[in-house]
Amino acid sequence: MSALLQYLITGVSRGFLFALLATGFVVIFRVTKVVNFAQGAFVVLGGFIAYSLLAAGVPHGVSEGLAVLATAGIGLVFGAITILGNLTPVAALITTIGLAIASEAIAMLVWGTTPLSFSGLGGTDLHLGHVLVQPQYLLLIGVSLVVLVGLWLVLERTYVGKGLTACASNPYAARLAGINVKRMGLLAFGLGGALGGLGGVLIMPLFPLTYDGDVNLAILGFAAAIVGGLTSPGLALVGGLVFGIAEQLVAGYWSQANETAVALGLMIVLLLWNAYRQRAEQVA
Amino acid sequence: MTPPAPASPDARIDGPALVLRVDDLVVRYGAAVALDGVNLTVARGEMVALIGANGAGKTTLLNTLSGVLTPAAGRIELGGRLAHVPEGRELFADLTVDDNLRLGAWRAPSRDTGPIYDVFPKLRNLAARRAGHLSGGEQQMVAIGRALMAAPDLLAVDELSQGLAPIVVQEIGSHLVRLNEEVGLSVLLVEQNARLALDLCPRAYVLETGRVAEEGPSARLRQEAAVQHAYLGGHVSS
Repeated sequence: MSALLQYLITGVSRGFLFALLATGFVVIFRVTKVVNFAQGAFVVLGGFIAYSLLAAGVPHGVSEGLAVLATAGIGLVFGAITILGNLTPVAALITTIGLAIASEAIAMLVWGTTPLSFSGLGGTDLHLGHVLVQPQYLLLIGVSLVVLVGLWLVLERTYVGKGLTACASNPYAARLAGINVKRMGLLAFGLGGALGGLGGVLIMPLFPLTYDGDVNLAILGFAAAIVGGLTSPGLALVGGLVFGIAEQLVAGYWSQANETAVALGLMIVLLLWNAYRQRAEQVA
Repeated sequence: MTPPAPASPDARIDGPALVLRVDDLVVRYGAAVALDGVNLTVARGEMVALIGANGAGKTTLLNTLSGVLTPAAGRIELGGRLAHVPEGRELFADLTVDDNLRLGAWRAPSRDTGPIYDVFPKLRNLAARRAGHLSGGEQQMVAIGRALMAAPDLLAVDELSQGLAPIVVQEIGSHLVRLNEEVGLSVLLVEQNARLALDLCPRAYVLETGRVAEEGPSARLRQEAAVQHAYLGGHVSS
């Protein structure tokens, strides 16, 4: 029973990481129709930048904040490369894969190939029955929840958020209304970068990251985003939690080597289900 | 031979008389010429109709005026702000009526939707409803209202009557005429329904395969045999 509780807590915290990644996919796709497979790179770069800042003596909090700002900036650069060239969606997708590979190469040159980590939130571990919970898990869950709710409020309640939704709903009409759709796309990429970077600085004290860890993260984040058809932040959160918990249960009760395979299997089932649903809607 | 200067929708007309002047406008889709030397003017406070068959280039002209398409040649001069009501309404279906209206003011100084509800009182009770759940006529009112939120000097309406019952078209048309008469709003009405357009607008252009084929007072155009035959079903309007 205590093992199950441990897997669930770890799974929920991993789930929030995937939810941050998936929300990044969703925010960018809704506005630009680009599937950004460089989303995992934001996590790795965010974590690594925070690691370097902490190593240079910059205090906790400031390091993580600067790392998130840096990944937001990297997101803007990736956005500029991807959407300002009027690429087709397929060409844009391939461009993001190229950017992810370039990020890996840069991360390897700068930070090397050894897995990196840094200490997270200190303090006494909490006792939940026979299970010990590190405060960093609670920090990850709490901060992610606040950020995701805050993002939802921005999208639903603010004028800029409505503008982002308008661009997603009808880019042609948004343009006629005077909204600069490309600028909003850049904003979406910046948000996606910040969400990924936040995931990186929150997860790195719990799970060391390597320069090439972005691929698995991108796949799992994409799989979570697919739950909501790449358009629903709420369902992306649900998807993130499902994949996070499933990953830990598979790793705990079966084999860690199979966790990604199971996630990919689930993703294929979801893609087939989405395709079936869309066809059914077209027929209706 | 020097190529004509590209059109610039931001160019400004000197003097108060005209709100829009289009000179020798050429627009191409690849090798296909959609607009071929179009000339057109709208005076301040005037309602002008642009009629023509499907594929004549009407929507292309409006998309070029609003900067969505880039002309190959020619000149566009605007004497103020242009707002474009697109063909098919093109609302933000998942957002509410009020959100749709407010987004029309993205570049305008005020987001107060009150004046729009004064123009279209029917929308006041629908303010919180999703735009995608409205009837066609209500959607057209929202589309026009959203464009009016930009505080335009010239309102360009593409296919006002598309998919709407005649009585609804009549109602919305009367709102446009009232705005024109009471506020002095200039209107460029692009319509396949030539009878409606000629009834609402005192002056009109006839666009055929990318060229202006006829131009003049609507009363005169109604009497021309070619216009009657092509657009009015052969009947002379009284």
